[in-house]
Amino acid sequence: MSMKEIRKLTALQLAEKIKKKEVGVEEAAKATLEQIHQVETEVHSYVTLDEAGALRQAAEIQEKINSGELDSPLAGVPVAVKDNLCTKGMLTTCSSKILGNFVPTYTAEAVLNLQKAGAVVLGKTNMDEFAMGSTTETSAFGVTRNPWNRNHVPGGSSGGSCAAVAAQECFYALGSDTGGSIRQPSAFCGVTGLKPTYGTVSRYGLVAYGSSLDQIGPVAKDVADCAAVLEAISSYDKKDSTSLNRADINFTSALNGDVKGMKIGIPRDYLGEGLNQEVRESVLGAAKTLESLGAIVEEFDLSLVEYAIPAYYVIACAEASSNLARFDGVKYGYRSKEYEGLHQMYKKSRSEGFGPEVKRRVMLGSFVLSSGYYDAYYLKALRTKALIKQAFDQAFETYDVILGPTAPTTAPEIGKSLSDPLKMYLGDIYTVAVNLAGLPAMSLPCGMDKKGLPIGLQLIGDCFQEKKILQAAYAYEQNRR
Amino acid sequence: MGKEYETVIGLEVHVELATKTKIFCGCPTAFGGAPNTHTCPVCTGMPGSLPVLNRRVVEYAVAVGLATNCTITRNCKFDRKNYFYPDNPQNYQISQLYLPICRDGGVEIEVCGGTKTIGIHEIHMEEDAGKLIHDEWGDYSLVDYNRSGVPLIEIVSEPDMRSAEEVVAYLEKLRMVIQYLGASDCKLNEGSMRADVNLSVRETGTGELGTRTEMKNLNSFKAIARAIEHEKNRQIDLLEAGEQVVQETRRWDDVKEYSYAMRSKEDAQDYRYFPEPDLVPLCISEEWIAEIRSRQPELRTEKMARYRQEYGLPEYDTKIITSSKHLADLFEAATALCGKPKKVSNWLMGETMRLLKEQGMEPEEIRFSPENLAKLISLTEEGSINGTVAKEVFEKIFHEDIDPDGYVKEHGLKTVNDEGKLRAAIAQAIKENPKSVEDYHNGKEKAIGFLVGQTMKLMKGKANPGMVNQILRELL
Repeated sequence: MSMKEIRKLTALQLAEKIKKKEVGVEEAAKATLEQIHQVETEVHSYVTLDEAGALRQAAEIQEKINSGELDSPLAGVPVAVKDNLCTKGMLTTCSSKILGNFVPTYTAEAVLNLQKAGAVVLGKTNMDEFAMGSTTETSAFGVTRNPWNRNHVPGGSSGGSCAAVAAQECFYALGSDTGGSIRQPSAFCGVTGLKPTYGTVSRYGLVAYGSSLDQIGPVAKDVADCAAVLEAISSYDKKDSTSLNRADINFTSALNGDVKGMKIGIPRDYLGEGLNQEVRESVLGAAKTLESLGAIVEEFDLSLVEYAIPAYYVIACAEASSNLARFDGVKYGYRSKEYEGLHQMYKKSRSEGFGPEVKRRVMLGSFVLSSGYYDAYYLKALRTKALIKQAFDQAFETYDVILGPTAPTTAPEIGKSLSDPLKMYLGDIYTVAVNLAGLPAMSLPCGMDKKGLPIGLQLIGDCFQEKKILQAAYAYEQNRR
Repeated sequence: MGKEYETVIGLEVHVELATKTKIFCGCPTAFGGAPNTHTCPVCTGMPGSLPVLNRRVVEYAVAVGLATNCTITRNCKFDRKNYFYPDNPQNYQISQLYLPICRDGGVEIEVCGGTKTIGIHEIHMEEDAGKLIHDEWGDYSLVDYNRSGVPLIEIVSEPDMRSAEEVVAYLEKLRMVIQYLGASDCKLNEGSMRADVNLSVRETGTGELGTRTEMKNLNSFKAIARAIEHEKNRQIDLLEAGEQVVQETRRWDDVKEYSYAMRSKEDAQDYRYFPEPDLVPLCISEEWIAEIRSRQPELRTEKMARYRQEYGLPEYDTKIITSSKHLADLFEAATALCGKPKKVSNWLMGETMRLLKEQGMEPEEIRFSPENLAKLISLTEEGSINGTVAKEVFEKIFHEDIDPDGYVKEHGLKTVNDEGKLRAAIAQAIKENPKSVEDYHNGKEKAIGFLVGQTMKLMKGKANPGMVNQILRELL
């Protein structure tokens, strides 16, 4: 196979060819590195690339495959990892100046799980600084460009991971999703991304943004890859107290293409004001396809949709203000060059080390937690969160899957979003509620707009019902026009 | 005629728990160790690390709560207390604000002949911070995270104490209970027990509380008593001068016997507490509480009662022996070996206490073994050594934990019961002290004591005193 042909394979297809000795692990790594060399200056998916390490891992894994020691469905496949997942001995910056020199002494559990499954880690992908943003433009290390149209953003915050998959700079990637950070860039880059039920993937080694909302998930070329990667990274981890011991993580078993009798609900509020017409048509087209396959599709009213964004920003920022307090120049990371005394060291290190969006959210979070405001903002947001969960619970009494758009528009042009943060926050309207309720949800391509930019379809499941959304997604994908 | 004032005191007591590992990670809690060697990503606040609660911490906290008559919060939670300081690697401390593990308890203390209950508002679990080392010559500080993440409980009393004596009695009571539970060694000087004193004064008879101050850096019971006395007088002086007490935190300097303001209420920090999202709510089942209760060791009052019944010890003895868990353990072990509870008690209350006082030691610092004390008692019981020798041997045991059998043999300290040798020595004593002999015959009973002493001296203290007395009277 030519390098170009290898790159077109999905992760599972490549693994199969590696198993059959039709493609070597090193060959696959080299094919990917070749592509990286060709497009990276334009796309900029990676903040750290470990070529030598990747080739070394490839040789080791090939040996294990040859000896029969390694037999997992993803063995030998090159992967890219979002830069907020700790990797032992490899820079982990969260695309922030404040962690610009940080090299962890430990590897995130999700990455360890992949390494055990024989993944070749190529490097770390660009992201919005500390996962705060929807465009990957808040990265301290430069913007990532959308591979479909390089004047547009890839979305965020896992923009680097999604762009890398779309540009064939890796076969799949890991992202993290606090308010849509896997799904929205997946939609913008025309790839398939899944945010699992909270607690399914260990957060150990994920640099926290909003701890109660963060989940790690796969970004892949198609639904089958997505299921296989999710299966590989899911695990009960004693090091993460919020980790769940699930017996039902054989996600690939759900890929049977059958949606007959499946009840799919579309929230009317997800089709209302602010939704781009082309996105609306594509999403409703996808619903039609599922209907034609035997699913029962209907519209319904999901309440409290307009409260999701304020509740999300209050909770996520509150947790972030505390989670990011440890970046102070004392123990690791950036320390200001000149300062007098401890307080100035704190202030200057943090002022110089954090970008404007991070500062905005840390200030917002500190404010809502401060004495006298806690009840009015933070507690109220927690109550809203509980009510939103109830609204979903109610919907899932009727529906197996909730369908809607992932984002109201396709990818905006570079440079058009950060000047109006409130507008940017509103772009998260269809994704944040899922995190507040701890639900699984995925985004998969369902068409293109006139500018040639991908449109994402979002499927949301009840807690622990990843299989249902994978089932629907797979059926749709097989019959996509 | 001056006004009468009443002092109102509440205490916040931090106790380091005696777990082998830290509260949220597997690092050892052992004191000492080269800086930053008992650390991991969790207790040094590395990005991406997550806390996992140590089960033993919960069990100790519940045990202390049960022993101090608290209600155990069946569903409790942890909260983050946010503040920036380099000894706190995450710049937040995981603690409990909204739902502490124990609430509404109390302990009884003895004060001037009566008893009084001091209420316990709450007990909560939290993590300790690291230690900062300031270089006095360089322009930098160093930080050691070995202590970071060591488990603490904070016991918050109600403002129920009225004097330094009550405060000390309350602290001694807490210390006793916690030591008996094995939950901590409670050493004030080593910081495993730390007390902050909240104090206010008010005119006797007034209902509402005065403005309080919080006193920190109190490293001994004596320092606490001195600081209370000083602060009470300072506040009364302010009120008498028509000034106001400022709500503030003050630091006590025990060398200068003086306190100074650290920070006032105005610059009090806003800790922005919120529920710790990295830990799930903690559910403490009825069964778990029952299990902890069933493992609860015998506490002091129960021990005192048992010593009276089982060993027939007088109340006075039981009080002294149970005043320290270590002393009580020593008593029980030695009694089991020699079967003479009252003799063991006498040695502990008499000579042991005397030597402790002389050496300025605490009962916890006793190093001798119950075996050697039991052997000593057996030697005296069988008449192998006399009382004078026994005291001499005990001092050796106290300091060096020597084996009394070997020591007595080695130094030839066995009591001499040989009548011939005794008669010879007594005869010599009579011959050398004609004046005393005369005194005795003139009715001075005291003189016989002197002659016994002289005989003992000639026998190097090893004579059987009963026999000496008998033979002496006979020869005279």
